[in-house]
Amino acid sequence: MASNPDTKIQGGLLGWVDARFPLSQMWNEHLAQYYAPKNFNFWYFFGSLALLVLVIQIVSGIFLTMFYKPDAELAFASVEYIMRDVEWGWLIRYMHSTGASMFFVVVYLHMFRALMYGSYKKPRELIWIFGVLIYLVLMAEAFAGYLLPWGQMSYWGAQVIVNLFQTIPYIGPDLVTWIRGDFLLSDATLNRFFALHVIALPLVLILLVAAHIIALHEVGSNNPDGINIKENKDENGIPKDGIPFHPYYSVKDLVGVGVFLMVFAVIMFFFPTGGGLFLKPDNMIPADPLVTPDLIPPVWYFTSMYSVLRSVPDPFLGVVAMGAAVMMLFFIPWLDRNPVLSMRYRSFAAKFNLGVFVVAFVILGWLGLQQATTEVSEMSLRWSTVYFAFFFLLWFLSKERSVVFSLIAFAVVVGIYTIYDILRFDPSDASLIMWSWLIPTVYLFVTMVAPAFARGLGRDRAVPERVTS
Amino acid sequence: MANQGVNRGRRRFLVAATSVVGGAGVAAVAAPFLASLQPSARAQAAGAPVEFDVSAVEPGQRVSVEWRGQPIWVVRRTDEMIAGLAEVADRLRDPDSEVESQQPEYAQNEFRSRKPEILVVIGICTHLGCSPSYRPEIGDPEMGADWQGGWLCGCHGSRFDLAGRVYRNMPAATNLVVPRHMYRTDTLLVVGEDEDGEAI
Repeated sequence: MASNPDTKIQGGLLGWVDARFPLSQMWNEHLAQYYAPKNFNFWYFFGSLALLVLVIQIVSGIFLTMFYKPDAELAFASVEYIMRDVEWGWLIRYMHSTGASMFFVVVYLHMFRALMYGSYKKPRELIWIFGVLIYLVLMAEAFAGYLLPWGQMSYWGAQVIVNLFQTIPYIGPDLVTWIRGDFLLSDATLNRFFALHVIALPLVLILLVAAHIIALHEVGSNNPDGINIKENKDENGIPKDGIPFHPYYSVKDLVGVGVFLMVFAVIMFFFPTGGGLFLKPDNMIPADPLVTPDLIPPVWYFTSMYSVLRSVPDPFLGVVAMGAAVMMLFFIPWLDRNPVLSMRYRSFAAKFNLGVFVVAFVILGWLGLQQATTEVSEMSLRWSTVYFAFFFLLWFLSKERSVVFSLIAFAVVVGIYTIYDILRFDPSDASLIMWSWLIPTVYLFVTMVAPAFARGLGRDRAVPERVTS
Repeated sequence: MANQGVNRGRRRFLVAATSVVGGAGVAAVAAPFLASLQPSARAQAAGAPVEFDVSAVEPGQRVSVEWRGQPIWVVRRTDEMIAGLAEVADRLRDPDSEVESQQPEYAQNEFRSRKPEILVVIGICTHLGCSPSYRPEIGDPEMGADWQGGWLCGCHGSRFDLAGRVYRNMPAATNLVVPRHMYRTDTLLVVGEDEDGEAI
């Protein structure tokens, strides 16, 4: 029997349960005796907030399914019914739609935190992998859910995304028919997306979240200094810079929950459509297979990837590029070989690299909402180049590079897209192509060439022994 | 436990054989589930040919007819529009309709139609399936001075001329699809059926 020396064998109900189920043991391992670094800052709120949003989505979702009808004839009207006739139905539905957007806000900030403090590096690679899988399933979940109201945006958004698979050589058309279950997006598609949205994907999501947390508690949390607190333990084997998650961080997280719920409530009560970003006006029109809305931007959380798709002229290669934009995340732990975890002690070049990546992600997100004009396509291409270059730079900045190596690598990378520019050169867009060429080039110059000459720009700082605050 | 006297070879064989049989069972059970996602018999049965009288279409007008849940566009092109078709040919990706899958043989001509003035195409962009918007005006200021009329896909910006032919360097790589169709009388159009029978 696994008896923990720290917990006295107690009598009473708890003792009875503990003899049959490791209740106290689990409580201690994951909360009361889980020692987290004492220097967490506000970036560490977003993990627990993501868990909170998951609960909000499940609870509000269960109640929505009590009134919603997954039938192409009835779906749109049943959502209107929820909004107008069901007691508090509007609140439950807005909670669910706001929750969807807030889920991505929280998850994106959580991922940025991991990038900033190197939380994907050894020994936390698997936590990162589980996290990216959660992100993938979350995207599928959001996409399936978006079809359910069966409005114009639901319909045509799904049409575009499902048809992405059509571009796969040979099997594409049959695969799309199989996904839709019909020769067009129809009742059959709605019905199966409903099944995926309410049963299949949430189950996978919950399992992945459990795996994510189990892996985290196995290796311990990272912190803003990126210092392994387990290397400094006291005589009881407790990390000197660690504090028990409960009550210290459980209480701290409650403050985050309070602030978050205030923001959440303001959006839910006063701006449920998010100015057209969270809920689009076109989706208040029932789906019509014969009329496409003028502009079909995806919901805001997909627009960055969507811009990558649009920046490539070939349909299949566009899909490959979009897939690669997400899949690259899986490789981050092995691309970035720099031993310093936290950006606090990384070089200027590394900080600049991450900063530009965030800027590229936001700009691509904005571009994805716009009509596809020549300027928008060109900017999408340039910022997509920056997006992908970030991953190369993660590897490049793993250590200080020699002047010769830096210059050659810079010339090769710049050469690749410059050759492409020459091949696609169109005299009518000459000035646009030429000035926008500077966007990736300046970025690469600052991160690759400048540190080779001004060594201070590329040099990481010494990491202290103990956490700083 | 006693490990002596164990025939390891036989044990390995039994484990492997059981795994293979079990795996085959899982695959066999998976097949009906995956196949259930195919279009049902009911979905396959829907999709009969539709008839449409083209005499009601005014010159320059575009009418949408539904066939198998897709918009079928019927356009009566004016002489000016027909003249524009030749003018844009050098800016098109496939001006001579050489990609065979995009139209039946009888529509593989300079008009991509059976009657020069009447165009019949499936109104679904060959890129990702949006329905492009009709921009018939010659020299439409939004489309540029040399615009000869056609369609613009709002989703990704693909442009098509008034024969459904795609311009060069567009997200869409092929011309709009001309469905199998025929004229039962001089003006009665049938979509989804031609002399060779019903469309697949």
